[in-house]
Amino acid sequence: METVIVIALTVLALAILALLLGLALALAGKVFAVKKDPRIGEIVQCLAGANCGGCGYAGCSAYAEAIVSQGAPVNCCPVGGKETADAIGAIMGVTAQAPVRLRAQVMCSGTTDLARRKYAYRGISDCLSVAKLGNGPKECPYGCIGLGSCVHVCPFGAIKVENGVAAVEYEKCRACGACVSVCPQHLIKLVPFDTDVWVGCRSQDKGPVVRNYCQVGCIGCGICVRNCPSGAISVQESVASIDYSKCIDCGLCAEKCPRNIIWSGKKQMAEGDTLTVEGKQ
Amino acid sequence: MGNLLLLSLGAVLVENFVFVKFLGICPFLGVSQKLNTAVGMGLAVTFTMTISSALTWLLHRFVLVPLELEYLNTVAFILLIASLVQLIEMVLQKFLPSLYASLGIYLPLITTNCAVLGVALLNVQNGYDFVESMVYGFSAGIGFLLAIVLLSLVRERLIFSRIPKPFQGFPSALIAGGLLALAFSGFQGLQLA
Repeated sequence: METVIVIALTVLALAILALLLGLALALAGKVFAVKKDPRIGEIVQCLAGANCGGCGYAGCSAYAEAIVSQGAPVNCCPVGGKETADAIGAIMGVTAQAPVRLRAQVMCSGTTDLARRKYAYRGISDCLSVAKLGNGPKECPYGCIGLGSCVHVCPFGAIKVENGVAAVEYEKCRACGACVSVCPQHLIKLVPFDTDVWVGCRSQDKGPVVRNYCQVGCIGCGICVRNCPSGAISVQESVASIDYSKCIDCGLCAEKCPRNIIWSGKKQMAEGDTLTVEGKQ
Repeated sequence: MGNLLLLSLGAVLVENFVFVKFLGICPFLGVSQKLNTAVGMGLAVTFTMTISSALTWLLHRFVLVPLELEYLNTVAFILLIASLVQLIEMVLQKFLPSLYASLGIYLPLITTNCAVLGVALLNVQNGYDFVESMVYGFSAGIGFLLAIVLLSLVRERLIFSRIPKPFQGFPSALIAGGLLALAFSGFQGLQLA
Protein backbone atom coordinates (compact mmCIF):
# COMPACT_ATOMS: atom_id res chain seq x y z
CA MET A 1 0.00 0.00 0.00
CA GLU A 2 2.76 2.34 0.97
CA THR A 3 4.51 1.74 -2.36
CA VAL A 4 1.39 2.75 -4.24
CA ILE A 5 1.21 6.00 -2.31
CA VAL A 6 4.84 6.76 -3.03
CA ILE A 7 4.37 6.07 -6.72
CA ALA A 8 1.22 8.18 -6.83
CA LEU A 9 2.96 11.02 -5.02
CA THR A 10 5.92 10.85 -7.40
CA VAL A 11 3.75 10.90 -10.48
CA LEU A 12 1.62 13.69 -9.06
CA ALA A 13 4.60 15.83 -8.09
CA LEU A 14 6.22 15.48 -11.50
CA ALA A 15 2.94 16.09 -13.29
CA ILE A 16 2.33 19.28 -11.32
CA LEU A 17 5.91 20.45 -11.92
CA ALA A 18 5.60 19.74 -15.63
CA LEU A 19 2.22 21.42 -15.81
CA LEU A 20 3.52 24.54 -14.04
CA LEU A 21 6.57 24.73 -16.29
CA GLY A 22 4.39 24.14 -19.33
CA LEU A 23 2.03 26.91 -18.30
CA ALA A 24 4.95 29.22 -17.61
CA LEU A 25 6.35 28.51 -21.07
CA ALA A 26 2.96 29.01 -22.72
CA LEU A 27 2.61 32.31 -20.91
CA ALA A 28 6.13 33.32 -21.85
CA GLY A 29 5.38 32.37 -25.43
CA LYS A 30 2.51 34.86 -25.38
CA VAL A 31 4.41 37.59 -23.54
CA PHE A 32 7.63 37.32 -25.51
CA ALA A 33 6.01 36.49 -28.83
CA VAL A 34 8.01 37.78 -31.76
CA LYS A 35 5.89 38.50 -34.76
CA LYS A 36 7.39 36.45 -37.53
CA ASP A 37 6.06 36.18 -40.99
CA PRO A 38 4.78 32.60 -41.49
CA ARG A 39 6.00 32.80 -45.06
CA ILE A 40 9.61 32.65 -43.82
CA GLY A 41 9.07 29.12 -42.54
CA GLU A 42 7.36 28.09 -45.76
CA ILE A 43 10.20 29.44 -47.86
CA VAL A 44 12.80 27.65 -45.75
CA GLN A 45 10.91 24.43 -46.48
CA CYS A 46 11.24 25.11 -50.22
CA LEU A 47 14.95 25.87 -50.15
CA ALA A 48 17.56 23.19 -50.64
CA GLY A 49 18.85 23.28 -47.08
CA ALA A 50 22.47 22.99 -48.14
CA ASN A 51 23.33 26.29 -46.39
CA CYS A 52 26.01 26.79 -49.02
CA GLY A 53 25.69 30.56 -49.15
CA GLY A 54 25.46 30.57 -52.94
CA CYS A 55 22.54 32.98 -52.80
CA GLY A 56 24.74 35.58 -51.15
CA TYR A 57 23.18 35.25 -47.69
CA ALA A 58 24.48 33.47 -44.59
CA GLY A 59 22.31 30.41 -45.07
CA CYS A 60 18.94 29.17 -46.19
CA SER A 61 16.96 30.76 -43.36
CA ALA A 62 18.79 34.08 -43.72
CA TYR A 63 17.88 34.11 -47.40
CA ALA A 64 14.25 33.28 -46.62
CA GLU A 65 14.13 36.18 -44.20
CA ALA A 66 15.68 38.51 -46.77
CA ILE A 67 13.05 37.52 -49.33
CA VAL A 68 10.21 38.37 -46.98
CA SER A 69 11.56 41.40 -45.17
CA GLN A 70 13.87 43.01 -47.72
CA GLY A 71 12.19 41.88 -50.91
CA ALA A 72 15.20 39.94 -52.14
CA PRO A 73 14.70 38.26 -55.51
CA VAL A 74 13.23 34.77 -55.31
CA ASN A 75 15.53 33.16 -57.86
CA CYS A 76 18.85 33.42 -56.05
CA CYS A 77 19.10 29.80 -54.88
CA PRO A 78 21.59 28.19 -57.27
CA VAL A 79 21.04 24.73 -55.82
CA GLY A 80 17.27 24.51 -56.18
CA GLY A 81 17.17 26.19 -59.57
CA LYS A 82 13.91 26.85 -61.34
CA GLU A 83 11.65 24.61 -59.26
CA THR A 84 12.65 26.30 -56.02
CA ALA A 85 12.29 29.74 -57.57
CA ASP A 86 8.78 28.81 -58.76
CA ALA A 87 7.80 27.44 -55.36
CA ILE A 88 9.00 30.55 -53.55
CA GLY A 89 7.36 32.70 -56.20
CA ALA A 90 4.07 30.97 -55.47
CA ILE A 91 4.41 31.74 -51.76
CA MET A 92 5.36 35.36 -52.34
CA GLY A 93 2.81 35.86 -55.12
CA VAL A 94 5.31 36.78 -57.78
CA THR A 95 6.27 34.95 -60.93
CA ALA A 96 9.87 33.97 -60.78
CA GLN A 97 12.16 34.58 -63.66
CA ALA A 98 14.03 31.42 -64.44
CA PRO A 99 17.52 31.82 -63.04
CA VAL A 100 20.30 31.53 -65.55
CA ARG A 101 22.09 28.38 -64.57
CA LEU A 102 25.77 29.01 -64.13
CA ARG A 103 28.72 26.76 -63.63
CA ALA A 104 32.21 27.25 -62.36
CA GLN A 105 35.03 27.19 -64.86
CA VAL A 106 38.72 26.98 -64.03
CA MET A 107 40.50 29.40 -66.33
CA CYS A 108 43.80 27.53 -66.56
CA SER A 109 44.95 24.82 -68.93
CA GLY A 110 48.54 24.53 -67.76
CA THR A 111 48.66 20.88 -66.79
CA THR A 112 51.91 19.48 -65.44
CA ASP A 113 53.04 18.37 -68.89
CA LEU A 114 52.33 21.74 -70.51
CA ALA A 115 53.41 24.34 -67.97
CA ARG A 116 56.99 24.64 -66.70
CA ARG A 117 57.60 24.26 -63.00
CA LYS A 118 59.58 26.71 -60.96
CA TYR A 119 60.09 24.46 -57.95
CA ALA A 120 58.80 21.25 -56.44
CA TYR A 121 56.61 21.99 -53.48
CA ARG A 122 56.39 19.80 -50.41
CA GLY A 123 54.46 21.11 -47.46
CA ILE A 124 51.02 22.12 -46.35
CA SER A 125 48.62 20.94 -49.00
CA ASP A 126 46.78 24.20 -49.44
CA CYS A 127 46.81 26.64 -52.36
CA LEU A 128 46.54 29.73 -50.17
CA SER A 129 49.87 29.17 -48.46
CA VAL A 130 51.68 28.08 -51.60
CA ALA A 131 50.45 31.17 -53.43
CA LYS A 132 52.59 33.17 -51.01
CA LEU A 133 55.73 31.37 -52.18
CA GLY A 134 56.48 33.18 -55.43
CA ASN A 135 52.91 32.85 -56.69
CA GLY A 136 52.95 29.09 -56.72
CA PRO A 137 55.21 26.31 -57.97
CA LYS A 138 54.50 26.94 -61.65
CA GLU A 139 56.66 29.38 -63.52
CA CYS A 140 53.44 31.08 -64.61
CA PRO A 141 52.47 33.32 -61.68
CA TYR A 142 48.82 33.21 -62.72
CA GLY A 143 48.39 29.45 -63.15
CA CYS A 144 46.44 26.88 -61.16
CA ILE A 145 48.43 25.72 -58.14
CA GLY A 146 46.63 22.41 -58.17
CA LEU A 147 46.59 21.62 -54.45
CA GLY A 148 42.82 21.67 -54.40
CA SER A 149 41.70 24.40 -51.99
CA CYS A 150 38.67 24.60 -54.25
CA VAL A 151 38.17 20.82 -53.98
CA HIS A 152 38.01 21.04 -50.19
CA VAL A 153 35.68 24.00 -50.14
CA CYS A 154 33.18 22.66 -52.70
CA PRO A 155 30.06 21.52 -50.83
CA PHE A 156 28.92 19.40 -53.75
CA GLY A 157 32.10 17.45 -54.52
CA ALA A 158 32.14 18.82 -58.04
CA ILE A 159 35.83 19.68 -58.38
CA LYS A 160 38.84 17.45 -58.76
CA VAL A 161 42.45 18.11 -59.61
CA GLU A 162 43.69 16.43 -62.76
CA ASN A 163 47.28 16.73 -63.96
CA GLY A 164 47.91 19.64 -61.64
CA VAL A 165 44.90 21.69 -62.74
CA ALA A 166 41.52 21.79 -61.04
CA ALA A 167 38.58 20.73 -63.21
CA VAL A 168 34.88 21.16 -62.52
CA GLU A 169 32.37 18.40 -63.17
CA TYR A 170 29.68 20.53 -64.67
CA GLU A 171 26.70 18.33 -63.86
CA LYS A 172 27.52 18.42 -60.15
CA CYS A 173 28.31 22.15 -60.03
CA ARG A 174 25.63 24.33 -58.44
CA ALA A 175 27.43 27.64 -58.98
CA CYS A 176 27.47 28.52 -55.29
CA GLY A 177 30.73 30.39 -55.82
CA ALA A 178 32.59 28.92 -52.85
CA CYS A 179 35.53 27.97 -55.09
CA VAL A 180 35.51 31.37 -56.78
CA SER A 181 36.21 33.16 -53.55
CA VAL A 182 38.73 30.66 -52.17
CA CYS A 183 41.04 30.43 -55.21
CA PRO A 184 44.10 32.59 -54.43
CA GLN A 185 44.86 32.93 -58.15
CA HIS A 186 41.30 34.13 -58.93
CA LEU A 187 41.18 31.51 -61.67
CA ILE A 188 37.63 30.29 -61.24
CA LYS A 189 34.80 32.19 -62.84
CA LEU A 190 31.09 31.52 -63.07
CA VAL A 191 30.02 31.17 -66.67
CA PRO A 192 26.61 30.34 -68.19
CA PHE A 193 26.01 26.60 -67.91
CA ASP A 194 25.26 26.12 -71.59
CA THR A 195 28.16 28.08 -72.95
CA ASP A 196 30.53 26.19 -75.15
CA VAL A 197 33.59 28.41 -75.20
CA TRP A 198 35.92 29.77 -72.57
CA VAL A 199 39.46 31.10 -72.41
CA GLY A 200 41.55 28.64 -70.44
CA CYS A 201 44.19 31.11 -69.34
CA ARG A 202 44.50 34.15 -67.09
CA SER A 203 48.17 34.95 -67.63
CA GLN A 204 48.71 38.69 -67.90
CA ASP A 205 52.31 38.32 -69.04
CA LYS A 206 53.36 39.35 -72.54
CA GLY A 207 53.36 36.79 -75.35
CA PRO A 208 57.06 35.80 -75.40
CA VAL A 209 57.09 35.34 -71.63
CA VAL A 210 54.00 33.13 -71.75
CA ARG A 211 55.42 31.10 -74.63
CA ASN A 212 58.51 30.47 -72.55
CA TYR A 213 56.78 28.91 -69.58
CA CYS A 214 53.57 27.39 -70.91
CA GLN A 215 52.77 25.51 -74.08
CA VAL A 216 49.15 26.64 -74.10
CA GLY A 217 49.02 30.09 -72.47
CA CYS A 218 47.24 33.05 -74.04
CA ILE A 219 49.68 35.41 -75.76
CA GLY A 220 47.14 38.16 -76.33
CA CYS A 221 47.54 38.10 -80.14
CA GLY A 222 43.95 39.21 -80.71
CA ILE A 223 43.11 36.81 -83.52
CA CYS A 224 39.99 35.77 -81.61
CA VAL A 225 38.94 39.41 -81.25
CA ARG A 226 39.19 39.94 -85.00
CA ASN A 227 37.30 36.74 -85.77
CA CYS A 228 34.46 37.10 -83.30
CA PRO A 229 31.29 37.99 -85.27
CA SER A 230 29.49 39.41 -82.23
CA GLY A 231 32.30 41.43 -80.69
CA ALA A 232 32.18 39.43 -77.46
CA ILE A 233 35.92 38.99 -77.00
CA SER A 234 38.38 41.58 -75.83
CA VAL A 235 42.05 41.39 -74.96
CA GLN A 236 42.95 43.19 -71.76
CA GLU A 237 46.36 42.98 -70.13
CA SER A 238 47.54 40.38 -72.62
CA VAL A 239 44.75 37.92 -72.02
CA ALA A 240 41.54 37.35 -73.93
CA SER A 241 38.23 37.30 -72.11
CA ILE A 242 34.73 36.56 -73.33
CA ASP A 243 31.70 38.69 -72.53
CA TYR A 244 29.00 36.04 -72.21
CA SER A 245 26.16 38.51 -72.61
CA LYS A 246 27.30 38.99 -76.23
CA CYS A 247 28.69 35.52 -77.00
CA ILE A 248 26.61 33.51 -79.48
CA ASP A 249 28.46 30.23 -78.96
CA CYS A 250 29.58 29.98 -82.58
CA GLY A 251 32.95 28.53 -81.64
CA LEU A 252 34.89 30.51 -84.25
CA CYS A 253 37.32 31.84 -81.67
CA ALA A 254 38.15 28.34 -80.52
CA GLU A 255 38.83 27.32 -84.10
CA LYS A 256 41.06 30.28 -84.90
CA CYS A 257 43.08 30.48 -81.69
CA PRO A 258 46.69 29.69 -82.60
CA ARG A 259 47.51 28.65 -79.02
CA ASN A 260 44.48 26.37 -78.59
CA ILE A 261 43.68 28.22 -75.43
CA ILE A 262 40.03 28.94 -76.19
CA TRP A 263 38.20 25.75 -75.42
CA SER A 264 35.01 24.49 -76.87
CA GLY A 265 35.03 21.12 -75.23
CA LYS A 266 32.10 21.08 -72.87
CA LYS A 267 30.77 17.77 -74.11
CA GLN A 268 34.04 15.95 -73.87
CA MET A 269 34.58 17.36 -70.35
CA ALA A 270 31.19 16.13 -69.25
CA GLU A 271 32.23 12.62 -70.18
CA GLY A 272 35.15 12.91 -67.79
CA ASP A 273 37.98 13.33 -70.25
CA THR A 274 40.94 15.26 -69.12
CA LEU A 275 41.92 18.56 -70.57
CA THR A 276 44.62 17.92 -73.11
CA VAL A 277 45.57 19.66 -76.29
CA GLU A 278 45.33 16.41 -78.20
CA GLY A 279 41.81 15.85 -76.94
CA LYS A 280 40.74 19.06 -78.54
CA GLN A 281 42.31 18.79 -81.94
CA MET B 1 35.30 35.13 -0.67
CA GLY B 2 38.55 33.15 -0.82
CA ASN B 3 36.46 30.03 -0.49
CA LEU B 4 34.46 30.95 -3.59
CA LEU B 5 37.64 31.70 -5.51
CA LEU B 6 39.01 28.27 -4.66
CA LEU B 7 35.74 26.65 -5.66
CA SER B 8 35.79 28.50 -8.96
CA LEU B 9 39.44 27.71 -9.72
CA GLY B 10 38.82 24.08 -8.85
CA ALA B 11 35.87 23.83 -11.24
CA VAL B 12 37.76 25.48 -14.09
CA LEU B 13 41.10 23.70 -13.86
CA VAL B 14 41.36 20.85 -11.37
CA GLU B 15 37.96 19.34 -11.97
CA ASN B 16 37.37 20.58 -15.49
CA PHE B 17 34.00 19.23 -16.59
CA VAL B 18 35.19 18.11 -19.99
CA PHE B 19 38.70 16.89 -19.29
CA VAL B 20 38.33 15.40 -15.81
CA LYS B 21 34.66 14.60 -15.37
CA PHE B 22 34.10 13.77 -19.07
CA LEU B 23 30.78 15.57 -19.18
CA GLY B 24 29.50 17.53 -22.17
CA ILE B 25 31.66 15.59 -24.62
CA CYS B 26 29.17 15.77 -27.50
CA PRO B 27 29.18 19.55 -27.99
CA PHE B 28 32.89 19.51 -27.12
CA LEU B 29 33.58 17.30 -30.14
CA GLY B 30 30.68 18.42 -32.31
CA VAL B 31 31.04 22.19 -32.28
CA SER B 32 34.81 22.56 -32.02
CA GLN B 33 35.77 22.70 -35.67
CA LYS B 34 35.97 26.47 -35.79
CA LEU B 35 36.98 28.97 -33.14
CA ASN B 36 33.96 31.23 -33.71
CA THR B 37 31.36 28.52 -33.22
CA ALA B 38 33.31 27.09 -30.28
CA VAL B 39 33.28 30.44 -28.49
CA GLY B 40 29.55 30.80 -29.21
CA MET B 41 28.80 27.37 -27.83
CA GLY B 42 31.03 27.91 -24.78
CA LEU B 43 29.35 31.20 -23.91
CA ALA B 44 25.89 29.72 -24.37
CA VAL B 45 26.76 26.83 -22.05
CA THR B 46 28.25 29.16 -19.42
CA PHE B 47 25.16 31.32 -19.51
CA THR B 48 22.77 28.38 -19.21
CA MET B 49 24.80 26.65 -16.50
CA THR B 50 24.84 29.72 -14.27
CA ILE B 51 21.12 30.32 -14.48
CA SER B 52 20.15 26.65 -14.31
CA SER B 53 22.38 26.15 -11.22
CA ALA B 54 20.49 28.90 -9.45
CA LEU B 55 17.03 27.68 -10.43
CA THR B 56 17.65 23.99 -9.80
CA TRP B 57 19.04 24.87 -6.38
CA LEU B 58 15.83 26.77 -5.60
CA LEU B 59 13.72 23.89 -6.88
CA HIS B 60 15.65 21.40 -4.79
CA ARG B 61 15.71 23.46 -1.62
CA PHE B 62 12.15 24.80 -1.62
CA VAL B 63 10.15 22.11 -3.45
CA LEU B 64 11.83 18.73 -3.44
CA VAL B 65 13.34 18.74 0.07
CA PRO B 66 10.18 19.86 1.91
CA LEU B 67 8.15 17.22 0.02
CA GLU B 68 10.84 14.60 0.71
CA LEU B 69 11.13 13.91 -3.02
CA GLU B 70 14.93 14.20 -3.35
CA TYR B 71 15.04 11.00 -5.38
CA LEU B 72 13.28 12.93 -8.18
CA ASN B 73 16.26 15.29 -8.53
CA THR B 74 17.39 14.03 -11.93
CA VAL B 75 14.00 13.97 -13.62
CA ALA B 76 12.86 17.25 -12.13
CA PHE B 77 16.13 18.97 -13.08
CA ILE B 78 15.89 17.74 -16.67
CA LEU B 79 12.36 19.16 -16.87
CA LEU B 80 13.41 22.45 -15.40
CA ILE B 81 16.54 22.85 -17.54
CA ALA B 82 14.68 22.01 -20.76
CA SER B 83 11.97 24.56 -19.99
CA LEU B 84 14.55 27.09 -18.90
CA VAL B 85 16.47 26.82 -22.17
CA GLN B 86 13.23 27.32 -24.07
CA LEU B 87 12.43 30.36 -21.97
CA ILE B 88 15.89 31.86 -22.43
CA GLU B 89 15.55 31.38 -26.16
CA MET B 90 12.23 33.24 -26.21
CA VAL B 91 13.51 36.09 -24.06
CA LEU B 92 16.67 36.48 -26.14
CA GLN B 93 14.70 36.48 -29.37
CA LYS B 94 12.47 39.21 -28.04
CA PHE B 95 14.89 41.53 -26.31
CA LEU B 96 18.36 40.75 -27.63
CA PRO B 97 17.94 39.70 -31.26
CA SER B 98 21.63 40.16 -32.01
CA LEU B 99 22.69 37.86 -29.15
CA TYR B 100 19.98 35.44 -30.24
CA ALA B 101 21.38 35.42 -33.76
CA SER B 102 24.83 34.47 -32.51
CA LEU B 103 23.82 32.04 -29.73
CA GLY B 104 20.48 30.94 -31.17
CA ILE B 105 21.48 27.76 -32.92
CA TYR B 106 23.46 26.49 -29.93
CA LEU B 107 20.82 26.99 -27.27
CA PRO B 108 18.56 24.08 -28.29
CA LEU B 109 21.62 21.84 -28.30
CA ILE B 110 22.23 22.63 -24.65
CA THR B 111 18.80 21.37 -23.60
CA THR B 112 20.10 17.83 -23.45
CA ASN B 113 23.67 18.66 -22.50
CA CYS B 114 24.78 16.37 -19.70
CA ALA B 115 27.26 18.91 -18.34
CA VAL B 116 24.42 21.31 -17.46
CA LEU B 117 22.53 18.56 -15.69
CA GLY B 118 25.77 17.41 -14.10
CA VAL B 119 26.39 20.81 -12.51
CA ALA B 120 22.87 20.89 -11.09
CA LEU B 121 23.22 17.41 -9.58
CA LEU B 122 26.72 18.05 -8.22
CA ASN B 123 25.51 21.24 -6.53
CA VAL B 124 23.02 19.15 -4.60
CA GLN B 125 25.43 16.29 -3.97
CA ASN B 126 28.12 18.59 -2.61
CA GLY B 127 25.63 20.51 -0.49
CA TYR B 128 26.51 23.94 -1.86
CA ASP B 129 24.47 26.97 -0.80
CA PHE B 130 22.81 29.30 -3.29
CA VAL B 131 25.80 31.56 -4.00
CA GLU B 132 28.23 28.64 -4.11
CA SER B 133 25.96 26.86 -6.58
CA MET B 134 25.89 29.82 -8.91
CA VAL B 135 29.65 30.32 -8.70
CA TYR B 136 30.19 26.60 -9.29
CA GLY B 137 27.85 26.63 -12.29
CA PHE B 138 29.52 29.70 -13.77
CA SER B 139 33.01 28.29 -13.26
CA ALA B 140 32.06 24.94 -14.73
CA GLY B 141 30.82 26.85 -17.78
CA ILE B 142 34.09 28.77 -18.01
CA GLY B 143 35.92 25.44 -17.76
CA PHE B 144 33.84 24.14 -20.67
CA LEU B 145 34.52 27.33 -22.65
CA LEU B 146 38.25 26.91 -22.02
CA ALA B 147 38.17 23.27 -23.10
CA ILE B 148 36.19 23.80 -26.30
CA VAL B 149 38.25 26.84 -27.30
CA LEU B 150 41.50 24.92 -26.74
CA LEU B 151 40.30 22.00 -28.86
CA SER B 152 39.01 24.26 -31.62
CA LEU B 153 42.39 26.00 -31.80
CA VAL B 154 44.09 22.61 -32.14
CA ARG B 155 41.59 21.43 -34.74
CA GLU B 156 41.97 24.57 -36.84
CA ARG B 157 45.66 23.73 -37.11
CA LEU B 158 45.06 20.04 -37.71
CA ILE B 159 43.37 20.86 -41.02
CA PHE B 160 46.71 21.92 -42.45
CA SER B 161 48.69 18.93 -41.23
CA ARG B 162 49.53 15.84 -43.17
CA ILE B 163 47.78 13.14 -41.21
CA PRO B 164 47.65 9.47 -42.25
CA LYS B 165 44.32 8.77 -43.90
CA PRO B 166 42.78 6.60 -41.13
CA PHE B 167 43.35 9.41 -38.61
CA GLN B 168 42.00 12.29 -40.67
CA GLY B 169 39.01 14.19 -39.32
CA PHE B 170 37.26 12.81 -36.27
CA PRO B 171 39.91 10.33 -35.02
CA SER B 172 42.53 13.07 -34.84
CA ALA B 173 40.07 15.24 -32.92
CA LEU B 174 39.56 12.43 -30.40
CA ILE B 175 43.32 12.03 -30.00
CA ALA B 176 43.77 15.79 -29.57
CA GLY B 177 40.98 15.82 -26.97
CA GLY B 178 42.63 12.90 -25.16
CA LEU B 179 46.00 14.64 -25.07
CA LEU B 180 44.38 17.81 -23.72
CA ALA B 181 42.71 15.74 -21.01
CA LEU B 182 46.07 14.19 -20.20
CA ALA B 183 47.61 17.65 -19.90
CA PHE B 184 44.80 18.81 -17.66
CA SER B 185 45.38 15.87 -15.33
CA GLY B 186 48.52 17.78 -14.35
CA PHE B 187 46.29 20.20 -12.44
CA GLN B 188 45.34 17.32 -10.12
CA GLY B 189 48.50 18.03 -8.20
CA LEU B 190 47.47 21.61 -7.49
CA GLN B 191 47.25 22.20 -3.73
CA LEU B 192 44.29 24.59 -3.41
CA ALA B 193 43.66 24.38 0.30
